This record gives sequence, structure tokens and C-alpha cells, in this order.
Amino acid sequence: MATLKTPSKLEKILAAGHLAVTSECGPPRGSDPEAITRKAEMIKDHVDAINITDNQTSVTRLCSLASCIHIKLMGLEPILQMVVRDRNRIALQSDILGAASFDIFNMLCLSGDHQSFGDCPAGQNVFDIDSMQLLQTVRRMRDEGKFLGGDEIKRPPRMFVGAAANPFADPFEIRVPRLAKKVAAGAEFIQTQCIYNLDKFEKWMQGVRDRGLHEKVHILAGLTPMKSAGMAKYMKNRVPGMDVPDEVIKRMSGVPKEQQPQEGLDICVEAIQRLKEVEGVHGFHIMAIEWEDKVPELVERGGLYPRPQVD
Amino acid sequence: MIVAERKPIEEIIDYVKDKQTILVAGCNECVTVCEAGGKKEVGVLASALRMYFMNQGKDVKIDEVTLERQCDHEYLEEIRNVIDKYDAVVSIACGVGVQFMAEKYFSTPVYPGVNTCFMGVTEERGVWSERCQGCGQCILGRTAGICPISRCAKRLLNGPCGGSSKGKCEISKDVPCAWQLIIDRLKELGRLDDYEILAPIKDWSTDRAGGPRTVVREDVRL
Repeated sequence: MATLKTPSKLEKILAAGHLAVTSECGPPRGSDPEAITRKAEMIKDHVDAINITDNQTSVTRLCSLASCIHIKLMGLEPILQMVVRDRNRIALQSDILGAASFDIFNMLCLSGDHQSFGDCPAGQNVFDIDSMQLLQTVRRMRDEGKFLGGDEIKRPPRMFVGAAANPFADPFEIRVPRLAKKVAAGAEFIQTQCIYNLDKFEKWMQGVRDRGLHEKVHILAGLTPMKSAGMAKYMKNRVPGMDVPDEVIKRMSGVPKEQQPQEGLDICVEAIQRLKEVEGVHGFHIMAIEWEDKVPELVERGGLYPRPQVD
Repeated sequence: MIVAERKPIEEIIDYVKDKQTILVAGCNECVTVCEAGGKKEVGVLASALRMYFMNQGKDVKIDEVTLERQCDHEYLEEIRNVIDKYDAVVSIACGVGVQFMAEKYFSTPVYPGVNTCFMGVTEERGVWSERCQGCGQCILGRTAGICPISRCAKRLLNGPCGGSSKGKCEISKDVPCAWQLIIDRLKELGRLDDYEILAPIKDWSTDRAGGPRTVVREDVRL
């Protein structure tokens, strides 16, 4: 993994053996770029790269690509999230070239939530290709300099390519094989679903190490600090594929309401400290949904600050 | 079979409220099996229309016919001699039957009496569910006989997505996750290793994306 394939700062940090830290910004439901730049400003000194979500939960928002450009113009490192729900293979490849034209060097390939969760439940979905095939598409564009149709690309994209993994979705027995499949499809880094069930995550990582996958792909452990017991219950019961153990809910509920945000942050810091010791975990992806101002505190208390300098 | 369900009577009435002679035409095939458009339903719909017009004080003639099939010239020809007697036909065959009748009897208004839903199976009496989207390039051989195109809400060829929970799809606890079903059956068949074979990017040109499709068999043409 020592040979760099792209100019990505995230790739350099991971290749140098540092624990990487990424975070994400959700674009606004309007055209004011300040909603992005303000969040990015809060976290910029504490993270290596910033994911921009792509119409997350199927709600129409300012597009991921434009948001990434705003981040790039601030001199920061964006990770373009791209879901296959809304665009066919022509549009996906076109947007990849668009991102590459602004020297966006990271991309995360996702399938995307079903549109029934969002603001256009009556809309048509696309799913022309799936997330694994999107990985293959970007790798082909980058490594072979070819479009899916076989034609040559002038100035191919130079993207460090990632995917998501959910160690908690069912069935558990294919969670490691599924990661292997994403690696085979071309994933170079993985950002996981939010981890609350640390035991189950460690069991998954054991399976990952048993197959040597931790040496083929950089795994960034996903974390979302919880603001309240209500949020914990909501995530347990309403968010598909989320595993929030009862102990976590009990712990959040066990403190007065005004102390619950602090408890949520403490749980998150403890998770960072424990997961740092897990072989194969190469970094953290902190998804502080509309709580970006807490990212610096989490990174500092997690012992991940200052961020390494690479060039 | 092609599965359909009854349209609300108000919608059908809206189509035909100004007509004087109406033929309600059923189909003895798929829509009979799914109890939406067979002889029994022709009778029910015709009675409902008669009651409506009677309540309106209108003298409207409503006849009933159930053809063996509405997707074949041969059976549609059976009404050629009488079709001109009607101001409108309400066909409660699937959309195929409605269209073929409209094509054949170009100057007679033909209205749909059912919503055509999908190609599926009778899971139990009164419950039908989708199994095929007719994509024109069957991949069941690779997916343990369970179709992710018709049964996965995201049509994923390399699933399941991260939203699968306790064997159910993220869109509803009532919808089985197609990929859970595929994995369960691969395991049953001792082929779980096949799960890791990456499915190639699908050629959708044989699907709706390629435009209207035609199958031609020269060997059976007359």
C-alpha cells in the first residue's frame, strides 16, 4: 500500500501509517454555500478530509459535487460521496469527470437510501449500476483510462476510491465476505456505519483480519456522537441497519437531559480510545450530524490531534 | 401471470358516464386467476354500472363478455360483429388486453377497468406478489433462483445494501430482503462461496431501456 496511486492527501496519510480522521458535512436544502463553508471552517484543522453527503436519506439538497468544489476552494480536501440511486452510468461517469476537473481526489461509492425515505417518495429511482459496480467503474476510469463503454478518457480521474461497510446489517455471516467483495471491486478505503456495538464490530474486525482484508483496505471506523437518549432510541428503532445496544440507551437515559449531550460525547471518545487498539482500524470517520462544532473536541480528547502533515 | 387489481368504480364511471351502450369485457386468463378481471368480475362491474346509471335515471345498455384471451387476435375477433353496437368498451383484462383491443377496434373507445401491476405469483388466496420484471436477460442462474431485479427495492446485483435488517428490506418490515433470500438459498444449496462472485454491470438494453421489445421466432411463423 506504500505506492501512491493518486494525489489524495487521505491516501498519503493512510499510506504513511497514520490514523486518518475524516468527517462529513451535509449540504443545505438551499443554495447558500455558507452552510457548507461554515461547517468546514469548524472542523478543518481537526480532520484530514471532509465527506460531502449526496442527497442523504433521499432528501433533495445542494449537490455533493458543487459542495465539494466549495470545500476545495477553501484549500481543504473533499471526499465526494456518490450514490447510484439518482443517476445512470452516463451521469455518474460525467460527474466523476466533473469532480476530477476540479482536482477532487477522493470518492466514496454508495448505493444510497431508498427514495421512499425522502422528500420525493413518488420519484423514479435509477440503480442502473450498484455501489460495487460504481467502484469498478471509477477504478476502470482511473487505472485503465477508459469509460465503461470502452472509449479512452483524456486526462483520466485520479481518485482514491472508497466504499461504506455496515458490520451490523443482516445477515452477519456475509458481512466479511461483502467487504471482500468491495475490496475485489476496487475499494481502497472503507468508512463504516456508526459503531455503537463495539463487541460486534470487533468480532467483524476479527473476521476481516482472518481473511487478511485489513492489509488490502484501510478501514475507518464510523462514529456518530449522540445528543440525547431520544436520538439513541430513534437510531435503534428507526434507522435501517443500525445497532444500538440497550446498554448505550440505558447509559444515555441514566443521566439528566441537560447532561445527555456530554454523555454522548464521552461515549464517542471512549469508543475512539478502544477502537484505536483494534488491529486493522486505520482511522476514524466522525459523522457529527449537525453537531460539527463538537468534532474538534472529539478529535482532541480521542488523542488524534494535531493532525499529521503530509505533502 | 400478469397481476392486476380493480380500479375504483368512481374512475370507471368517470370514463363512461356519458355513454349509452357499454360492453364490459373480461379475460379468462391471468386476471381471472388474480380475481380482478374474469367472468365473475365482469358481472360485478356490470351490475355496479347498471346501478349507477339507474340511480342517475339514465337508460344505459350494459352487456357482458369474457374472452378466452384479449392478447390474441383469434379471441378478440369474436366480438368483431358486435363491437359497432357499443359506444365504449371497459376492458378488465390487463393493460396488454386493453391496448390490443384498442389497436384492433380503432374507432371504439376502450377504457381500462383494472390497474395492471406486475408479473407474479399467488402466494396464498388473495395475496399476489411480484417475481419478474421481464428484463429480457434472466440472471436467476446466478442468484439462486431469486430475482434481485424484481424483489430488491434497489435492484442491486451485488447486495444486500446496508439497510437490510432481520431479513427485511429497509423500505418496510413487511418486505423480505431479496438478498437475504438469495444468501439463505445459496447456503441451502452449498454454494455460499458464489456470493463473492462480482455480478457484471447489467446490460439493460433488453429491458425497458432498450425501447419496446419484440420476440420473433422465424421457425414458428406462418
